[in-house]
Amino acid sequence: MSEPIADRIEIRLAGEGGQGMILAGIILAEAAAIYEGKNAVQTQSYGPEARGGASKAEVVISSGEIDHPEVLEADVLVALSKDAFKKFASNVKLGGLYIVDEEKVDSHTVPQAVRVPITRIAFETTGRIITANTVALGVLVGLTGVVSRTAIEKAVLARAPKGTEEMNRAALFKGFAVADERQPSRQN
Amino acid sequence: MAVKLMQGNEAIAIGAVAAGCRFYAGYPITPSTEVAEVLSRELPRVGGKFIQMEDEIASMAAIIGARVGGLKSMTATSGPGFSLMQENLGYACLAEIPCVVVDVQRLGPSTGQPTAASQGDIMQARWGTHGDHPIIALSPTSVRQAFDLTVKAFDFSEKYRTPVLLMTDEIIGHMREPVELPDFATITTFQQSVTEAPAAYKAFRNTPEGVPPMAPFGVGYRYHITGLLHDEVGFPTQRLDEIDPWLERVNTKLDQYSEDIVMVEEDYQPGARLALLSYGCSARTARHALKAARAQGKKVSMLTLQTIWPFPEKQVEALGEQVDKIIVPEMNLGQLALEVERMVGRKKVRRVTRANGEMATPQMVLAALEE
Repeated sequence: MSEPIADRIEIRLAGEGGQGMILAGIILAEAAAIYEGKNAVQTQSYGPEARGGASKAEVVISSGEIDHPEVLEADVLVALSKDAFKKFASNVKLGGLYIVDEEKVDSHTVPQAVRVPITRIAFETTGRIITANTVALGVLVGLTGVVSRTAIEKAVLARAPKGTEEMNRAALFKGFAVADERQPSRQN
Repeated sequence: MAVKLMQGNEAIAIGAVAAGCRFYAGYPITPSTEVAEVLSRELPRVGGKFIQMEDEIASMAAIIGARVGGLKSMTATSGPGFSLMQENLGYACLAEIPCVVVDVQRLGPSTGQPTAASQGDIMQARWGTHGDHPIIALSPTSVRQAFDLTVKAFDFSEKYRTPVLLMTDEIIGHMREPVELPDFATITTFQQSVTEAPAAYKAFRNTPEGVPPMAPFGVGYRYHITGLLHDEVGFPTQRLDEIDPWLERVNTKLDQYSEDIVMVEEDYQPGARLALLSYGCSARTARHALKAARAQGKKVSMLTLQTIWPFPEKQVEALGEQVDKIIVPEMNLGQLALEVERMVGRKKVRRVTRANGEMATPQMVLAALEE
């Protein structure tokens, strides 16, 4: 039992309660664990409110055992609210990836952040801002390949309420497209 | 069964159904609410009953009553509710009524912080209800183990006629990880079998085995149940010749079965002079640190407790003889560490405590290993 810490990717998805960040975390973990046969652990923290307040989901993905279940220093931070960014921007690995909703978050302190108008894109694509979490997953997976696009698509569709599958697929694919524009060389 | 991403609380609820639980009474409280939520859906499907009670005092009373009536029963709560359950928990200990109580620990004391994690009820689990009494408490380190230990909790509660506490925490309760559950047809738990004729049956017989079988009410066996000290058929008594054998039996009945009840995981390295000892969510942090330390070439052993109470005295004492220092990470100010100190002496124990709702980090444990 002396194997070193296996490859471990730590992702933090943060926003306000009601933005669906915890659901996004669950979907990402399902994509890894159910559709790619990896190990994944999802944890969360949230305030007592049903909406508003800070809310975050954490997903740790590894091909091996995952012991400490929470993010220690994020490889990826997705922030959909100002407070979430302020709270978690300092806990990202050197060279880690920041994805922020540029219309909600002032990220000038992190010049390299990937700025995407995630909530506006969600509204323009599906007519519903509630799909912002799915757009964010598209951007995240599109840029990182932390799970395959097929796996995240399956996971999103399995979780989409009946009748919203196409809407969620459109939101996800729009996220992939944004990722490809930002990083055309890296399609996965 | 297929691999599924499952939450700890969900695994507890499903584990209860798989173990034969057919009655749940509870009052919802964060971070335990999902246990109730899932059972409110699952129990009616298998002919069971789900009742949302007016509070935790009544919840505990209801599960005791349900078990007396013949159904395996459970409740789930968190710190504030666990405090309210203590009186009736003592009643179940004294009247030897099997039942399972889940405590998904959150930061206390009092209302504390509902969504923050803790392992602060460990001593309350042992001594929260007044008077000397036996108790079994188990603590899972993973979602799969939450399922397995729930099944064990029902098994032990029946086998030893005692309440069993499943002491989990907000981290394990709310955490999701992939699990593949066993086929429920393969799951067995202890079934009561009363061989005596109703006229000869004594519900509290002081047998050498320590645990008299329990007959349900309503099928012809007549006995009395009370929170007073009682004789072998359950009637209150002040006679020392009746009380003494009863006290002796009840307070030692778990001792002769410790091989069965005490569950630990020993990951020992020959020659290691340092050891980690942990349980619940903190064991995950400790194991992370263990691997990191071993990767640096350090020799470190680790003892993970699944059974908290009765305390694994023999195992901890033996570990203390092998190593110079035992590091005990836990999400409280050193509750289980007290027991470790009792076994191996204070000088050998290094506590790693965090009691502000945040998990300790592997770095904190590694720092203690470096000292």
